[in-house]
Amino acid sequence: MLARATLRAAGAAKTGVTGLAKRNASTSSSSEAAAAWKNNALLASSTAFAIGSVAWYYYQFGRQPYAMTPQEEGLHATRYPWEHEKLYKTFDHAALRRGFQVYREVCSSCHSLSRIPYRSLVGTMMTVNEAKTLAEENEYDTEPNDEGEIEKRPGKLSDYIPSPYKNDEAARAANNGALPPDLSLMVKARHGGCNYIFSLLTGYPEEPPAGAVVQSGLNFNPYFPGTGIAMARVLYDGLVEYEDGTTATTSQMAKDVVEFLNWSAEPEMDQRKRMGWKVMAIGGVLFALSVWVKRHRWANIKSRRMLYQDPSIGSTPAAKQPGSTFRR
Amino acid sequence: MGGLAALFRRNAVFLGVIFTGAFATELAFETTANSIWDQINRGRQWKDIKHRYMESEDE
Repeated sequence: MLARATLRAAGAAKTGVTGLAKRNASTSSSSEAAAAWKNNALLASSTAFAIGSVAWYYYQFGRQPYAMTPQEEGLHATRYPWEHEKLYKTFDHAALRRGFQVYREVCSSCHSLSRIPYRSLVGTMMTVNEAKTLAEENEYDTEPNDEGEIEKRPGKLSDYIPSPYKNDEAARAANNGALPPDLSLMVKARHGGCNYIFSLLTGYPEEPPAGAVVQSGLNFNPYFPGTGIAMARVLYDGLVEYEDGTTATTSQMAKDVVEFLNWSAEPEMDQRKRMGWKVMAIGGVLFALSVWVKRHRWANIKSRRMLYQDPSIGSTPAAKQPGSTFRR
Repeated sequence: MGGLAALFRRNAVFLGVIFTGAFATELAFETTANSIWDQINRGRQWKDIKHRYMESEDE
């Protein structure tokens, strides 16, 4: 209606002063057909313009930007069915213990684990005495003594696991310019999490594929973004000897160390899942209760029947005047 | 009508029943939930495997 009125107004304006003397444009049958055609054209063109502008905007800004080549993105990690990632499963603490052994014997020569204190190992994968013995193997700075000298003392449970290098510059200098990242939060820090780290550790090919360019000092790994990684393959079958008799294959060690790194990134996971299920149980009961209460309260309202009896027809006396209340 | 009426007659009895009831429910729920959780995760938690490493020690 609005468009038609607008068109009519425009037509009237075009005819100008002479149009005023004529009959109204909308009542004349010949200009009615012209107005309908204009109306259709206007609708079609504005629709086309709207669709076109949305399409252009999506083309400009809506698409996923892939700035890098697939090689630079790195191969997508395979998705593995991790048992500890299920919503109702804790970490396998025997695997955590094995994974920590792998970290200590293999990874810790280059990678730090600076956010994990020895005390957090107690009751998770070690007994108190084991953790204390482990802490005492390392020396830490003391408070300044009477002469202001800082001496060395054996480690305590409250100390953090020492880093292999004094600082990042020393780490770079020792590793051909590449910094081995801290592993404390690595599972959270990398896209793909556990799957990525497992794929990276087990994904080194025997030799780089034909045509792949590998710079000197780097190693080929398809899962690493850019495919050139400074870390060489470290896990080989039988590299560590597990105390619980598990066969130390490459994938077993990778799996254990990945689970351990997941623990170091999320040490609260066991407690979180246990609490989560309790919340779901209590919340479910409360929700069912609230549904029942709602139905109970509404039962009267929903089941009532409202009747209107015209007071003028019935045997009961009619209301005295309009608007006055009628009561039986 | 006897049981419920006796419950509501004295406020102290009513409150006492609510408080002890909440305490008992909490206790029962926690115990049940934890035992179910430990049942699902049997053999995975530290308390299930620590006997392997604690034997030679006093603690």
